[in-house]
Amino acid sequence: MKSVLPILTVVVAIVLIWYAAAIPMNAQWARDQAARADTTLTTSELIADTLSQDRPRLPAPHQVVVELWNSTGDMVLAGRGLSNRSLILHAWYTLSATLLGFAIGTAAGILLAVGIVYNRAMDMAVMPWAIASQTIPILAIAPMIIVVLNSVGVQGLVPKAIISAYLSFFPVVVGMVKGLRSPNASQLDLLQTYNASRNNSFWKLRLPSSMPYFFTALKIGIAAALVGAIVGELPTGAVRGLGARMLSGSYYGQTIQIWSALFAAALLAAALVGIVGLIERLMLRRMGMEQ
Amino acid sequence: MTLVILSLAFWLAAYLFNNWLAKSRWSGSRAVRLAVPAIFGVTVIVVWEGLVRGLNVPMVILPAPSAIATRFAASLDLLWIDFVQTVVKGALTGYLIGTGAAFVTAVLIDRSLFLKRGLLPVGNFIAALPIVGTAPILVMWFGFDWQSKAAVVVAMVFFPMLVNTVQGLADTGKMQRDLMATWSASYWQTLFKLRLPAAMPAVFNGLKIATTLALIGAIVAEFFGSPIKGMGFRISTAVGTLGLDMVWAEITVAALAGSAFYGAVAMVERAVTFWHPSQRN
Repeated sequence: MKSVLPILTVVVAIVLIWYAAAIPMNAQWARDQAARADTTLTTSELIADTLSQDRPRLPAPHQVVVELWNSTGDMVLAGRGLSNRSLILHAWYTLSATLLGFAIGTAAGILLAVGIVYNRAMDMAVMPWAIASQTIPILAIAPMIIVVLNSVGVQGLVPKAIISAYLSFFPVVVGMVKGLRSPNASQLDLLQTYNASRNNSFWKLRLPSSMPYFFTALKIGIAAALVGAIVGELPTGAVRGLGARMLSGSYYGQTIQIWSALFAAALLAAALVGIVGLIERLMLRRMGMEQ
Repeated sequence: MTLVILSLAFWLAAYLFNNWLAKSRWSGSRAVRLAVPAIFGVTVIVVWEGLVRGLNVPMVILPAPSAIATRFAASLDLLWIDFVQTVVKGALTGYLIGTGAAFVTAVLIDRSLFLKRGLLPVGNFIAALPIVGTAPILVMWFGFDWQSKAAVVVAMVFFPMLVNTVQGLADTGKMQRDLMATWSASYWQTLFKLRLPAAMPAVFNGLKIATTLALIGAIVAEFFGSPIKGMGFRISTAVGTLGLDMVWAEITVAALAGSAFYGAVAMVERAVTFWHPSQRN
């Protein structure tokens, strides 16, 4: 609780800096408009104008919040919560791809990790590549996956989910291998003295003790999956999803739209990571592993 | 059909050979530890080549490794121009500015417990956000050329680096700090002689995370607009004309650049943090 005040201070400071930055960044446009209309602006008029432009270089925080509300809550109240202009709909497109891809990537990651832990050849052959692949900007292949799958007739949700799955796959493999190997020699020896089978030692020792590592990997994985889904929406030409909102915003100079899509993506990421964190806390508490 | 069967047979043989190597009595040796992943990599390429040729997979879906290699060799100058534009100008500049600024910020806020308590959770939070989304905004602000890519990279690497450095600076024991106090060391002496060296493992952790982020940021930012060069630009236009061999050649460059960048940072890390347990063999 003692960090609430410092966090609030930092957040308020960021908002203030943002307002302070918005004024000089938008001032040029305001002055140009005034010069064209043959009027001169007083300082207070200038500031008021910089914070209320339609297409500012840097929208003020309240403009972004208003746009967020206009494209979510307000549209729900008006009964058009799922119309094409609604951010809820676009967020749902992105979220569904993220979750599907995350589920596929996590499942595949766990399977590969189990294989790596129980098969020495697989460990030696695959693990160096799994680690090396983390240094590669995998996101670069996103446009290719979208277009290639499109050319064989797969469209919509699945290509984005594949990119998400690919991005969340490697963190889960690496984290899960670490976790499944975390029991120490004396714990494994104890199970040996109980004459436990490999199956027993997996379900009763290795899997439970991998859980903290697993959840750490899941938090990285779900954030990566969201980025993958957003980037996967770019090459299809801004049809649907949060990434599409950003791209169409950048085509038409709708800065407020870009910022609100960005904030929606940030809220989504925070919510997803938060939910995984909550499940982690509840589960580790039930397993008696709470730190 | 024979090619498919041949490549599957090669895969089976390589699998059995690797299995035998891993269980053999030399399995701990350095040669085997290098050979097994190398055999796996070669197998993937052979099976890929065999399946693509044997099943006549069209070029617009998956080009064969040999086609990619040919394209790579034929367009070295183009790939070099893209490499300089994206990696050297965009990613590397942004990486140096971003990690440098984060490092200095971390040392500055480290003096204030209040700021640390406030900035660390906020920084952790921002580090988990999809910051690549700022790319369209930064492209609007800084233009299409590499400056906007460097700006995206700065935004992406800043917070992971900041969080790691702040954590690293806290990585000294009370005994060690007390010892410095008994020698009546000043703040700066403690910083340079004890806390910065002790922070290096965490700092390099941040630097290594930032290498991948820097390349991702520079490439993805080019999808939002760029001059007619750059890896992200080439990938998106080559995808548009279904020149998939070019896309794969660029991906090869990205993979090589990513590994080399990471490897270079890891080598500096080995030299700087030679004392740390994780570096001992």
